[in-house]
Amino acid sequence: MDWPVLSIMLFTPLVGAVIVLALPKEKPALLKWVALAISFIPLILAALVWFSYDRGTGGMQFVERAAWISAINVHYYLGVDGISVPMVCLTALLTTLSLFYSFIIDQRPKEYFAFFLLLETAMLGVFMSLDFFLFYVFWELSLVPMYFLIGIWGGPRREYAAIKFFLYTLVGSVAMLLAVIAMYLETGSWDILEMARLQPFAANATLAAVAFWAVFLGFAIKVPVFPFHTWLPDAHVEAPTAGSVILAGILLKLGAYGMIRILLPIFPAMFRQFAPVVGILAAISIVYGALVAMSQWDLKKLIAYSSVNHMGYVMLGVTAAAAAAGSGPAAADSQAIALNGAVLQMWNHGIITGALFFLVGVIYERAHTRDLKAFGGLGAKVPTFAGILTVTTFASLGLPGLAGFVSEFLVFRGAFALIRPFAIVSSLGIVISAAYLLWKVIQHVLLGPLNERWARLTDMNRREVITLAPLIFFMVIFGLYPAPILDLINQAVVTIVGSL
Amino acid sequence: MESLFKLTWLIPVFPLLAFGAIVLYVRRWKRVASWLAVAAIAVSLVLSQVVFWVAVGTPHLGEHPFEEVVRWLPTGLSAFEMGVMVDPLTAVMLFMVPLVCTMIFIYALGYMEGDPRYARFFAYVSLFATGMLGLVVANNLLMLFIFWEIMGLCSYLLIGFWFEKPSAMRAGLKAFLTTRVGDAFFLLGLLYLYSQTGTLAFREVLSEETLHHLASLSVTLPVFGTVPVATVIALLIFGGTVGKSAQFPLHVWLPDAMEGPTPVSALIHAATMVSAGVYLVVRMFPLFHAVPHGTAPGVVATIGAFTALFACTIAVAQNDIKRVLAYSTISQLGYMIMALGLGAYVAGAFHLITHAFFKALLFLGSGSVILGAHHEQDMMEMGGLRSRMKITFWTYIAGTLALAGIPPLAGFWSKDEILADAFNHGHYLAWAVGSLAAFLTAFYMGRQIFLVFFGHPRSHHAEHAKESPRTMTYPLLVLAVFAVLLGFVGVPEDFPVLGHLLGNPFHHFVGHEHAATPVNPLVMGLSIVLACAGLGAGYMLYGRKPLEEGQPDPLTRLGLVYVVLKNKYGIDELYQATFVWLTIRLADLFAVFDREVIDRVVNAVARGTAIVSDGLFRFVDAPVIDGLVNLVGQAGAWLADLWGRFDLRVIDGIVNGVGAAAQTFGRAFRQVQTGRVQSYILLASVNVVVILAVLYLVL
Repeated sequence: MDWPVLSIMLFTPLVGAVIVLALPKEKPALLKWVALAISFIPLILAALVWFSYDRGTGGMQFVERAAWISAINVHYYLGVDGISVPMVCLTALLTTLSLFYSFIIDQRPKEYFAFFLLLETAMLGVFMSLDFFLFYVFWELSLVPMYFLIGIWGGPRREYAAIKFFLYTLVGSVAMLLAVIAMYLETGSWDILEMARLQPFAANATLAAVAFWAVFLGFAIKVPVFPFHTWLPDAHVEAPTAGSVILAGILLKLGAYGMIRILLPIFPAMFRQFAPVVGILAAISIVYGALVAMSQWDLKKLIAYSSVNHMGYVMLGVTAAAAAAGSGPAAADSQAIALNGAVLQMWNHGIITGALFFLVGVIYERAHTRDLKAFGGLGAKVPTFAGILTVTTFASLGLPGLAGFVSEFLVFRGAFALIRPFAIVSSLGIVISAAYLLWKVIQHVLLGPLNERWARLTDMNRREVITLAPLIFFMVIFGLYPAPILDLINQAVVTIVGSL
Repeated sequence: MESLFKLTWLIPVFPLLAFGAIVLYVRRWKRVASWLAVAAIAVSLVLSQVVFWVAVGTPHLGEHPFEEVVRWLPTGLSAFEMGVMVDPLTAVMLFMVPLVCTMIFIYALGYMEGDPRYARFFAYVSLFATGMLGLVVANNLLMLFIFWEIMGLCSYLLIGFWFEKPSAMRAGLKAFLTTRVGDAFFLLGLLYLYSQTGTLAFREVLSEETLHHLASLSVTLPVFGTVPVATVIALLIFGGTVGKSAQFPLHVWLPDAMEGPTPVSALIHAATMVSAGVYLVVRMFPLFHAVPHGTAPGVVATIGAFTALFACTIAVAQNDIKRVLAYSTISQLGYMIMALGLGAYVAGAFHLITHAFFKALLFLGSGSVILGAHHEQDMMEMGGLRSRMKITFWTYIAGTLALAGIPPLAGFWSKDEILADAFNHGHYLAWAVGSLAAFLTAFYMGRQIFLVFFGHPRSHHAEHAKESPRTMTYPLLVLAVFAVLLGFVGVPEDFPVLGHLLGNPFHHFVGHEHAATPVNPLVMGLSIVLACAGLGAGYMLYGRKPLEEGQPDPLTRLGLVYVVLKNKYGIDELYQATFVWLTIRLADLFAVFDREVIDRVVNAVARGTAIVSDGLFRFVDAPVIDGLVNLVGQAGAWLADLWGRFDLRVIDGIVNGVGAAAQTFGRAFRQVQTGRVQSYILLASVNVVVILAVLYLVL
């Protein structure tokens, strides 16, 4: 394609935010529809990129590059490969769905929708940037709208949660930034791919280790990896529904994406050396996250902790690939399988947990509570909600035939071959996640005798069903036949593994 | 003819389509939904019969099974292929599964009549059938696992079908989680196998060289020492069977699964779920026996034999008609597992098939009894149903005799083959355990028959019982025919007259590479005696002088033993007090740790930073830096004064600007503690700006 499709996709929401701000406040319906319509542009372009990405050639495509700040060699440099294309599509999809779902927002809708569009630009920017400087700008930019979304439209403890989210991520970002500047001073380039080739600090193990951990911290907080996860439940519980969806669906992926795009290719030797440590953190995230989720009685908090559990699988996959870095073609297949699993798990978690947070929103809108002890027996009362919640829950616990299984299987397959003890410990998570999802979520919400308090509860309306339908579609379709998305991912992953 | 094998992949597709169509489109039209489900399974039945008979007519199918694959997912440089396979084992499963399923579906038309979730029921059972059919046609272990888990889902949904009932909802959860424990082992075994061999296709995994390779590798484990990899993998996979086929110690879910509607019990106990576990061992049989004198078969046989006997003893003391059958299933599965552990491949497979028919018959019969007796399940409240439910009674008798092992019914031949095989190979302990279990089996079935059908009604419900509708009795008749006759396909060839006449087609088709089990007159005679003795003991206790209303079970005279058996050895309570309790406590403990330790550290760090910044502001920023700035400002003003009228506005502007900046900074830092929005945004932006500026200056 000879027109700058990525730039158009990237800046349309930003322009859209300005347009929304310019619209009259008195017409909330108009500005909601305008915001939604604008969000369709990146969505359609993302689909176009998905289908027109040349799988035969692979590598970075739709590349745009121009000098930006020549004094320090910063470029405006965009491009996507098989790892970023799914993430870009996920971002565009979840943003559109979130905007649609958010039509119920009555409080200051103008600012709300403008922030959401701004957020989309920031997230897309992170997934498209191939220049570290640009990456960082978008990375930081993504904090601002989310901060406001939580801080203004959030629950009772919104200010605390928003500040915690902001400061915690910022601490990580600063650590990462310092390391990146050091890397720039060493290599003279901000180019992410170039840096992977140049391998900064190859000669100085101490410096390399410090840089590795600094960058790791930046991403680990975002993922989040145990023990840096405590901002997550607070942020989720307080965030408005669509905010939680984006937070879990995409913002967490920024961290995981950074691990795969930046940390692993640039510091393979360090990552390999520290793989046991990261592996332990991943295994703890999985098992501990699942257990803590099981102990929650607030539905939203439970799902927040389930993200710690599920993102742990991403980390397990990345660690497996890292643990065998430099061991040649013997381990290449297992490494590729592990990374495939990690990237697919990012996509699946976005789809599945996004759907779960929507569903929490659906029930919270009606019941005004998220206390699991207060529900019971809704299955017969609200059958559509019950059906969709059940499918999503089973997708989340990794039931074969639904998408979550494929990615978990691939992660475990790779990890079992390369870091066996961690894989075995992590397999506990499979059982525990089934326990908390079925026992706590399904049983306490849907089953048992109907709590009379909810005798007049209404089932999901059309807006809600439309919001969830595409997500259910992806859970089923990639569960049955994952080749279309894995063909995309696999190619990029094989390239990365080959370079380790 | 063999081109007809290409139909195989369609077999699981039809019920799946029925499931999708019902869920998405015809939920509200219950008649359409139910007939759609029946039609779909009937089509699968026809296709399966075609495939079965073609398979029977295909020579050397065992050595050259039919296979068809598609590329499913790319994995690095290779790709994982999914596909279907037809070999003799698949073929016989295809004979059994859709046939029994179809009978159960038709039966359910009548049984589920009037249920508010009628359509949904047929959607779920269709998916259930998909699971089992997909599992038997799978050409690789991953696909088997996928359908295996889909069945797990269906069992969860169907056991808890009446989810308003807390006991049903708990039973569903228990079934899913208990089998999930087994599945976690299965998955690990599968991963181990995959990472060692790079494939999961049965044909490749079970090839001579792969098995040899796996047997020659060894791995050092804690506690167990050095073990061949093949043994580890086999036992991990067997973990899945222990869960799914309800073997000790993961058997606890199956009796509770009775909470589901009776057709579901039949489905789970006969045609699908629990058979899947045994099928897995049959399918992976060569792997279990890959290591010469390995430990895997011994473990398998021990668990099977123990379960066979253990479950029998519990069955004896149960009063719920379906629970007796549930423990009976566990016990019979134990037989099959034991046979496979002892190396009796054909006998294990044969018992799997015959048992499916007569156990489905018994469950459906019990459902007919329950419906006839107005949803009464307690055998103590029944009695005298013989004359009130004739078809149910006679078909139930056929099922009972088949299960008890009375010749020439189906169960006799398959069970006897297992016992004879054990005896002939010198596994006397297994043989003795199996024989004792056979006696107890006949006893608890005799007890059931006499309690339910003979004597006088012991309750109002039993008094007014009436025969079930034809949609329910016809399937009973069909299944009864199989329960009576199916055994003849597996009569040992050296059995007088019959053997020669029939020629043991089952053995030739499924396991001709395995040596046939010769008839052992001693074993056979003893097993007939034991079966008759068991039924006779049942008659003595419950038939000769039938129980009257309110009269206690004669078994209560066993005292403590009876209490222990009735309470299933207290294993449920034990698990509740250990594993379940521990997990929940651990979860709570971690949650407290998360809140009170990790999060507090985070907050403490943040507070510490705030205090430091406050200190900086108060003791450094305000007096020193701000003073300096003001000084500069003052100096500037002074200079401006000094220079008189020299461009007053410019200088003043600078001074004011610097002063204002200082104030802004001061305010910003104060706001770090007060949590004002703008200051954080500023902080983030300043990050970028400062870094940019520094870089610009440095370079």
